[in-house]
Amino acid sequence: MSGFTIILLILGLGLIAWLSARAKAMAFATPGIARPHSRPNYHAWYVALAAIVPALLFLTVWSIVSTSLIDQSMLAGIDPANLPADPAARGNLLAEARALANGEIANPFNAQARDLAPAYESARGFYAWTGFGIALLIAFAAGGWAYTRLSPSFRARTRVERIVMGLLLAASLVAILTTLGIVASVLFESIRFFSMVSPVEFLTGLNWSPQIAIRADQAGSSGAFGAVPLFWGTIFIGAIIAMIVAIPLGLMSAIYLTQYARPGFRKWVKPILEILAGVPTVVYGYFAALTVAPAIRDFAMMTGIPSSTESALAAGLVMGIMIIPFVSSMADDSLSAVPQAMRDGSLAMGATRSETIKKVLVPAALPGVIGGVMLAVSRAIGETMIVVMAAGLAANLTANPFESVTTVTTQIVQLLTGDQEFDSPKTLAAFALGLVLFLVTLALNIIALRVVKKYREAYD
Amino acid sequence: MTDLMTPPEAEAAPAPAAAPAPKMTARGVNVFYGNKQAIDNVSIDVFREDVTAFIGPSGCGKSTFLRTLNRMNDTVATARVEGDIRLDGEDIYDRSMDVVQLRARVGMVFQKPNPFPKSIFENVAYGPRIHGLAENKAEMDTIVERSLKRAGLWDEVKDRLTDSGTALSGGQQQRLCIARAIAVDPEVILMDEPCSALDPIATAKIEELIHELRGRYAIVIVTHNMQQAARVSQRTAFFHLGSIVEYGDTSGIFTNPRETRTKDYITGRYG
Repeated sequence: MSGFTIILLILGLGLIAWLSARAKAMAFATPGIARPHSRPNYHAWYVALAAIVPALLFLTVWSIVSTSLIDQSMLAGIDPANLPADPAARGNLLAEARALANGEIANPFNAQARDLAPAYESARGFYAWTGFGIALLIAFAAGGWAYTRLSPSFRARTRVERIVMGLLLAASLVAILTTLGIVASVLFESIRFFSMVSPVEFLTGLNWSPQIAIRADQAGSSGAFGAVPLFWGTIFIGAIIAMIVAIPLGLMSAIYLTQYARPGFRKWVKPILEILAGVPTVVYGYFAALTVAPAIRDFAMMTGIPSSTESALAAGLVMGIMIIPFVSSMADDSLSAVPQAMRDGSLAMGATRSETIKKVLVPAALPGVIGGVMLAVSRAIGETMIVVMAAGLAANLTANPFESVTTVTTQIVQLLTGDQEFDSPKTLAAFALGLVLFLVTLALNIIALRVVKKYREAYD
Repeated sequence: MTDLMTPPEAEAAPAPAAAPAPKMTARGVNVFYGNKQAIDNVSIDVFREDVTAFIGPSGCGKSTFLRTLNRMNDTVATARVEGDIRLDGEDIYDRSMDVVQLRARVGMVFQKPNPFPKSIFENVAYGPRIHGLAENKAEMDTIVERSLKRAGLWDEVKDRLTDSGTALSGGQQQRLCIARAIAVDPEVILMDEPCSALDPIATAKIEELIHELRGRYAIVIVTHNMQQAARVSQRTAFFHLGSIVEYGDTSGIFTNPRETRTKDYITGRYG
């Protein structure tokens, strides 16, 4: 019996519970006698939820726990001395046995897997049936218990409301817990990295060269993990060049669209501008690498500025264009949120439209605009495809926009692409970089949201 | 100039006898919002020495008409104004009339206090600054102080001119808006239900202020409070369904209305 069947079965039980509880509630809802506290549907839902929710919760937990139980019972049949000592090798063996039992492979690399496969199969069957049995039992017991509680004075409505609230809370917790899980995994690998490379060197070192000799006899670098050139490259492209493009263009387009454009024009242009935000970043990457970068290189050669094909300017310009819709739509919202009365007040003083915009609207909308810019920066520094395709790999510490720089995200991609071993600082450095990136964008987002919120309070 | 001051049409508004030259004249004004006519053939004279009140039930067009007097309806894309409105004999809808200068001469105070999110000082200095009325800081200080004094707010805010204008109470905010309007030294002040968002004490202060400002500026006030019209104005126009039913001395309108519709409205039969 598959997991799908058992879920259907439990839902079927829920339906039966619903119908029978409703019938019981209808019976005591007959007019003439005292009015029941809750309407029949609430009684029905209460019993149905009691039958379904705990059983499904149990199945979820069981499917997680049973995996390791199955592994244990598989290994229990074998003398530990015959097993590989290395946990990774042991994991491979178990994975092979599983694949063999599922019929995914015919000939295992490791002969021992053939012995383990039947044990796996029987253990899996045993735990699956146990789980199903317990789940059904829970569904019956909880549903039955809930059914016996029904009475005219039973507050089913209140309970159902509370269960619904609990389910909604659980749904929101999933997102939060996932975030925490991501942070924990990145943090854990980062701590491993920092046990090999000192955090001070990582955060302040000026030399980035993550190549590590894999074998003892290999000639090569010992690895240098000073990430400052990466941080600089990220800030240079994402927070400086991109913002020089995006802030004026985004703000001016927002001012035009909110203050000057006719409604018909706005109706067309605003969605088109927002389409820019929906273009996959890899497409921007092509554009940056194939069109903008060569054009900039040609321009630089014409004027005699030394430059490389993969320039910071190309990546920054294209990223700036990508960011325009973010800045523009945040600025648009903030400008529209400035009350009409403020605009009228200024116009009635004899101010022109541009004076009104410059002296009243933009200052009033400024906190919202700043919040939008900070969100845009956090998005720009986390952006990967454009810089991977257009920014280059050389970890230069330079303020010349025609030179090539590299960014945190580009390096993460470099460090993790291809076959990697997860105990070398080269690979683990990617997690440390990811952690820094995560913390910076998190901080930017928190500050931006606070700024925006404070601003909203001023007008609502 | 002077010959323009006489109303161009003889069927002119029923101005009270022995009136001096009117500050503003309106003749045959129609206002449309899209296809809907909001004002129908309104003619009226406004005098510098008087406070003129527009009364009438909600939606009768009194605010719409007020906003034609400094062309604030220009900001409404669908609005269209016909007819002849003159300020000191100059057609304010003429091509040569600069709307920026017009609004410097015809100031406006709105229904809801709308101070800018700036300091009290900057709120008052806003108009003088955009019109370049002050040469230096000292002159600006003088203008701000004089305007706040005229608006009766100086004593309450003189020690906190750098505080935000939005931090004041509703009544204070409205007086700040009046100070802001006065600061550019307008000739006419339009007030669109200036007390409707205020409590009775703040209302009393604004009414007192209107009394004090009378004579220095021509004041036009829209109100739906008939007692207020009776208290502050010398002339009253009764609007109904987009046209003026009756216009005359406030005392006459309230004690001895000529039209039954006016009488019904004033005695509270409708509206």
